[in-house]
Amino acid sequence: MLRDAWLVAAKDLQIEWRSRVTFSQVVPFAGLVLVLFGFALDANRPVLLQATSGLFWVTIMFVSTLAVQRSTSIETTDGARRALLLAGVEPPAVFVGKSIAVAVQLFAVEIVLLAGVVVLYSADVEAWGLVFATCLVATVGIAAAGTLLGALVAGVRARETVLPILLLPVLAPVLIGATRAFDDALGSVAVDGWSWLGLLAGFGVINVVLGALSYGVLLEET
Amino acid sequence: MTNPPLDLPAHTGSRTTQVLGAAVLVGVATMILLGFFVAPEDDLMADSVRMIFVHVPSAILTYVAFSVTAVGSVMWLWKRSVWWDIVAHSSAEIGVVFCGLTLITGSIWGRPTWNTYWEWGDVRLVTTLILFVMMIGYLAVRSMGGDESAVATRAAVVGVIAAINIPIINRSVEWWADRTLHQQSSITDGKLEDWTLFTMFLGIVVWGVFYTWSMTHRFRIAWLERELRDGDLDEAIAARRAEAAASGGVS
Repeated sequence: MLRDAWLVAAKDLQIEWRSRVTFSQVVPFAGLVLVLFGFALDANRPVLLQATSGLFWVTIMFVSTLAVQRSTSIETTDGARRALLLAGVEPPAVFVGKSIAVAVQLFAVEIVLLAGVVVLYSADVEAWGLVFATCLVATVGIAAAGTLLGALVAGVRARETVLPILLLPVLAPVLIGATRAFDDALGSVAVDGWSWLGLLAGFGVINVVLGALSYGVLLEET
Repeated sequence: MTNPPLDLPAHTGSRTTQVLGAAVLVGVATMILLGFFVAPEDDLMADSVRMIFVHVPSAILTYVAFSVTAVGSVMWLWKRSVWWDIVAHSSAEIGVVFCGLTLITGSIWGRPTWNTYWEWGDVRLVTTLILFVMMIGYLAVRSMGGDESAVATRAAVVGVIAAINIPIINRSVEWWADRTLHQQSSITDGKLEDWTLFTMFLGIVVWGVFYTWSMTHRFRIAWLERELRDGDLDEAIAARRAEAAASGGVS
């Protein structure tokens, strides 16, 4: 199964590499959101510093809806989903593969965005280990939940509007946990950031298991 | 050849629903009487305590309704039971109304008591709002249209995701909040007057009967809609076959 998952992930990443959508459109969008937050908060540096963690993860939430929509549209175009099923790839492998591809793209955006908050908001990272661990664990959960819900709305006319309604509330624990962990890593609030990784990991595991179990039903029926 | 018209009832009422509906009307009238004229003011909350006669029953029925949706969703995914699918859908619609009522009455009560309509530090408030938004998403999935079986499957997965994620969200906001403003259980803390407690329990019973009454009607409406669609389809197939037979073609 892992081999199939890797093949699906490599396929999606190769399509992304050739089309460069993430780097030519999603990354600029994320940067733009950071700049707009700066305007909205009146370029008030202390306020921006205080809110950096939240603004970073809200931006990632927005970006995740774009990444998931992109990942879903790859399979819905030209009946590629049917072709995947006919190819005999196990649905859980498709789910894991697509989740890996979304996670890799989101992680890349997070790296760029980190540089953005350091430069634009003068964020002072005190614990890089915690920052990377949070990005890694949170991204797994976002990618798993996103891939599952992306499959759910695939093939539906209004999927662009329905996906955020479904995805963003589900990602609420990630927003809360990752923001608190970042608060610790950036030294803006005195909390134990590492303890929040447990919540993020739990969210990730539950959504990976749920996705692996139900992806087949969605792939075949919807 | 014409098919006989579908033999469907003209309404969704029955002797049982009439009794249930009458019981709800009597119950609401009794609640108004007890709530405004018999139950005393609270020492701390004054008149705003009367809001719990609607707020607490609505909150309890919200959880009942969404639990039924979760069970119905699992049963659809497991057994492909249309009956359970309709139960899940009907219960979600009614649950959203109860959930909205819980949030609105809670906010109105919060203004004089907490001096704010909304308190982000309160775990139950935030969790209930997220649950409300998730179930709005559930209804959005239901309204997207398409193949009935596919819609049921999509909605069932959302129902299960919501059911699984709510405890996680509840835990996360609990850890996130440094303090919570929400009352402890009004039922068990022993601070309410006898008539206040009685009226609140009566509210739970009346809301429970109202849920049963509205579920029965909503279920029957959905069932009849399905029968009508299936009947129309059968009629259309029969008409095409008749046309083919009349023209001597191969059907």
